[in-house]
This record gives sequence, structure tokens and C-alpha cells, in this order.
Amino acid sequence: MSAPITAITMPKWGLTMTEGKVVQWLKQPGVSFAPGDELLEIETSKITNVVEADAAGTMMRIVAPEGTTLPIGALLAVIAAPETPAADIDAFVAQFVVAEPSDTATEDATPTAPREVQALGRMMRCLEMGSGDNVPVLLLHGFGGDLNTWMFNQPALCDGRRTLALELPGHGLSSKDVGAGDSVFFTDAIEAALGVLDVQRVHVVGHSMGGALAVSLAARRPERIVTLSLLAPAGLGTEISGNFIDAFVRASRRREAAEALQYLVHDPSLISRAMVEEFLRYKRLDGAGQALETVSRVWFPDGRQAVNLVAELRALTAPVQVIWGRDDRIIPAAQADAAPSTAQMHLLNGVGHLPHMEKAGEVNRLIRAMIG
Amino acid sequence: MPVKTIRQALQEALVHEMRRDPRVVVIGEDVSGGAGTEGGRDAAGGVLGVTKGLIKEFGESRVIDTPITESAIMGAAAGAAVTGLRPVAELMFSDFLGVCFDQIFNQAAKFRYMFGGKARTPLVIRTMIGAGRSAAAQHSQSPYHIFTSVPGLKVVVPSNAYDAKGLLIQAIRDDDPVVFCEHKLMYDLRTEVPDEAYTIPFGEANVVRDGDDVTVVALARMVHYTMEAAEKLAAEGIECEVIDPRTTSPLDEDTILESVERTGRLVVVDEATPRCSMATDIAALVADKAFASLKAPVRRVTAPHTPVPFAPSLEKLYIPDAERIAAAVREVHGYAR
Repeated sequence: MSAPITAITMPKWGLTMTEGKVVQWLKQPGVSFAPGDELLEIETSKITNVVEADAAGTMMRIVAPEGTTLPIGALLAVIAAPETPAADIDAFVAQFVVAEPSDTATEDATPTAPREVQALGRMMRCLEMGSGDNVPVLLLHGFGGDLNTWMFNQPALCDGRRTLALELPGHGLSSKDVGAGDSVFFTDAIEAALGVLDVQRVHVVGHSMGGALAVSLAARRPERIVTLSLLAPAGLGTEISGNFIDAFVRASRRREAAEALQYLVHDPSLISRAMVEEFLRYKRLDGAGQALETVSRVWFPDGRQAVNLVAELRALTAPVQVIWGRDDRIIPAAQADAAPSTAQMHLLNGVGHLPHMEKAGEVNRLIRAMIG
Repeated sequence: MPVKTIRQALQEALVHEMRRDPRVVVIGEDVSGGAGTEGGRDAAGGVLGVTKGLIKEFGESRVIDTPITESAIMGAAAGAAVTGLRPVAELMFSDFLGVCFDQIFNQAAKFRYMFGGKARTPLVIRTMIGAGRSAAAQHSQSPYHIFTSVPGLKVVVPSNAYDAKGLLIQAIRDDDPVVFCEHKLMYDLRTEVPDEAYTIPFGEANVVRDGDDVTVVALARMVHYTMEAAEKLAAEGIECEVIDPRTTSPLDEDTILESVERTGRLVVVDEATPRCSMATDIAALVADKAFASLKAPVRRVTAPHTPVPFAPSLEKLYIPDAERIAAAVREVHGYAR
């Protein structure tokens, strides 16, 4: 029995991506690879990242040479069993049809426009991808983040299920009023949004402050939270980089913004000019600066964390995993020790505060293993 | 995110700020858009369509039609600004600055200084620039460099709808007089623009394109021709860094100098005439402060030192285009001592 012939296609990373450039092939024809192996590097107008193998296979043919720019969904390479006849590969390439992005479809992984959820007297954006009967996944970004933070993850998590990337009040293009700005406010907002979205039981993936909010939500509604994946979560210790928080809240110009964002990652080249510009576009919105100031005053006063959820986390019975970059310069990975011994621990080398972007493939596998 | 034209973006900025602050008023020729016509007020939305809907929402005390007298518009606006309103005055064609230059240059621009910092002049002057419509020599100029040369004035030259909205809101909230230059061929250019209000700080250039070979500084409509040239040049292996200063006063010198320090080569593209212009000013800045970094002479791509011709064939030759920009970039890139 031979393995089926499958395609590597141009991925869609984020709402605005329409095309990408093949920078470099990291696996040449004839080479076999294991899940998680890096296959190729793709550059978009915003970001450069590697595409990793979902499953084991053999690179049979590279269709898109290095340097070519192609629309999302375009055929880049063909994977098959090594003994597959060349004629079969030829036929596969000839018959390959680029999937048309649909405006309304929820049946595939094509991101449509985020919907605007009205809850708690505010508008929260929510990008929904995927459908099916499996328990949905809720994605909660961190302080100052937005739904784009999940661009490498959400498409990989929506097999047979809804995935919901919620944009918290004060963040992205959601309403900027953050009320008291504390964990009670944000947990209320998330709960209200889940009501509007008609989500009952849910897996929660939370990054940084979103990790703390995931714990807060689980403590409040333990019967509804099936599993928790916490990425560099806040709320497990007092230490945090006050310099980062100050620089992040203060930055209004390109240079300041670039310097602030560099703290987030192990490899500063991940922070492109377009990412800096996107961050500035958020910060220029009326009310964004005020929202960040309010939240940072409540959560991170005087360069430390004021919100502690260790007791709540230890009281949970749902399965929990904690994923942390060893080179996190915002919240030290040592705070993972505060998690209960029953939690799965994954400390990643060469990763800063954004494990879901810096090691997207690995983090996606860990989340998929958790949500089943 | 919704895609909007520059016209829509400017209209939104006016509406945001008029709702937010009752001191913001609009004053100019036919800003109500259609008074005296069969359709009545708001039938036209102003000659440029930018003030559409304002008269209906804000009424004639805040949307003020004036006689065809630029000196009266600017005088009234400057006086209103210094006594507590925040007027957005329309000087339909920047070519008409001559008849109201005292009100702008010797009054509005000087109040804060002359009154020892005790007076503020939160005045915005929206005005049209640019050639390309065969509007002839008296309706086609781009004299932003004249405003830029006046201490006390801030000058904005947006190149896209996102910047136009954020910069106009910033201009209205600014406590100094701001001349806001709108290119007459760009009102229908579209880009993504948030529905919300936002501000873009003055004096921060936009790096439109990254590149390590040649720095190209371009203003307003020239940004688009420069990007066209940059794409062609990239296919030839020449990578341009394209900088849009967005405001000429204040000017983001740091972004220009840092780029030239890296590339060693500079081309400045400016639709205005070359003498005492922004192109000349930026070339002088780099010669003065980044001389040691330069690997080639600075090249300026500008209009010639003549009035704008009426004949379409001549006007086309008058305005810098992608070909001329690409040729200048190739020249500095290939320069050897």
C-alpha cells in the first residue's frame, strides 16, 4: 500500500495575507522527513517563518522554485511515497486545483472576516475558523496582543471543530473601554462573548495575560473548561519585565515600538517592519493607549505582577499543560514551577515570550495532543 | 478592515473631530456643498466632496460658507483660532495662497511667538496641490515648500487614505496652525482605513519599502510613482528604501539620515519646482549631516523650473514619473568615482 500523494500549498498566515514568497527549500526532492521537520521558509509582507511537516513523508517534487511569489493555496511541492511513479506525480500536479477562498465558508480553514461580538456593552472581534462536533477551542491573546497572534496556530487547530480567536476589550479593533481592567472584568467579557458565540464546553489556549484569564475562567466555570494550554502565562509569580511593560505602553514612534517588541522574541529578526507598523496602528487608535495604561496599572504595577492565580490553577481538575520559552525575557520560565505537578510541562529552547509564533509547529502539536 | 478613498478618510476625520469637540468648525467656499443650486445645501458635498454631510449634521454655525475671498477666509479662521475655536479652513487651490499669505504667514504663524506663548492658534488649512489635470499654471502647483519655509507653520503632505485620516485628526488636535496639502489626483486612491479615530504623530516618516541599495525620499503622489519604479528596479537587482516623510514641517530627519547612512545613496522625488524646494532642502540636509556616508551624488527628480504647462503632452513631461525616478536611481547606483 502506498501513501497518498499530498500537496504542500502556500499557507495563509493572518487576515491580510494574499500571497507569499518561497525563500528557501529546507528539504530537497528524494529526502524523507519526520513530523515537525522544517520543510521550507516562506516570506510574506509581514513575516518570515518556516513551514513544518505535519506528518512523515518524502519530498517528491518541488513545484515552486526559491524566489517565486504565489497566492495562498498555490501548489508548492508534492509529497508521496518514494516508490510513487513519476507519471502519477505529473498527473497530480496537472490536476491540482487551487482552492478558491470562500467568503462564507466555515467548513474549511480559510479565515473569513472576524465577526463583531456585542457583549457586556462592548464590541469584541472574534475570528472563527473551522466547524464540526469536536469541542471548540478558545484562543486568548496576551496584554497588548490581538487575534493575529494566532495566525500560525488557528489554521492548524480547526480539524472538525470551531476555533475562536477572541480579541479582548482594549485590544486590536475591539472596543477600547476596559472598565476596571482587572481579571474579573476580562473574565466577565470572555464569558459574555462565549454566551453570544453559543459555546458551552471549550478547550482554552491562553498566552501570557490570556493564560491568566484562561485560569480565571476555568476557576469560575470548571464544568465548561475541558483542557487548558497555558503559553508563558501571567499570574504564576511576581516577576515580569517592567522595562518591557513601560516601553510597550509608552511607545508611540517606530523606533520605540521596534525596541519594545524585540523583548518578546528570542530571534529579533521575527519582528518585521510590518509588525511594528501594525502595532503602531493599534496604538494610534483613540483609547488604545488609555486601555493599555489601565490594564498595566492593575496587572503590572511597579514592574511586578499583581495578579496571582496559583491557588486557582492548583484547584483545577481539568488537564493542564504549560508551554514556556526558556529564553522568555518578559516572564521568566522558572515561574512554570508554580503549576501543579499534574500539569504537563514543556520548556522550549531558543524561544522567547511568543512560543506559538517562534515554534508554531511544536506548539501546535502540543495543543493538538492536548485537545485530542 | 474597510477600504476607503482619501476623500472618505478626510470626511471621516472631520466628522470624528466635529462630534468630539464643538469648537471644531469648517469654513470655506461652498463647504456646505450646493447652496444656491437646485439641489440645495449638501447636494454636492463641497467642490471636492470632502465636506459631504457636514451641513446636515452640524448646521450653518459650524459649516460656514464664505464669499470667494481667500483673505477673508484665512483672516476669519486665524482670528477664530486665536480666540477659542478650532477652525478647519479650506483654501481650495494652494495656488491662491498669494491673496491670503499675510493672514497665514504674518498672522497665524506668528501669534504664539508674538504673544509670548500665551496665544494658541489651532487652525487647519486644507488645500489642494498638484498637476496632472490640465488645470494650467494657476491651478496646478505644489507650493508646500513655501509653507514649509515659514517658522510657526506645520505642513502635512499625505500620500494615502490611512495617513490622510490620522494626520488630519492630528492636525485638528494640534494647537498650532497646520497646512494640510491634498493632491487633487489622489482623492480616489483607496487603502484600508479603520472606522475609529486615530492620530499619526507629525515628524514621523513612513518607510514604505525596505531596501539596502538606494534611499528614495518621495512626497505625496510621487510616493506611488517611486513604488512603481522600485518594483521595476528590484527586478534588476536594485533594492530601494522608499521613505515618505508625511510631514515636511516638522521633517523626520533621523529616518532619512539613518537610511542614507546605510545605503550611501539618495534620490529625492518632488513634484514641486526645484529651486528652494523640499528636494533641495533634503539634499542639503544629507550633504550637511551624512556627507561621509555618501557613495554617490544626491539626485533630485523634480519638475523643471517653469510654470506648469496646460498642454497635456507637456504637462506629462513636466511631472516626474516612474521612468525618470528609475533612471536617477540607476545613475546613483552605478556611480563610480
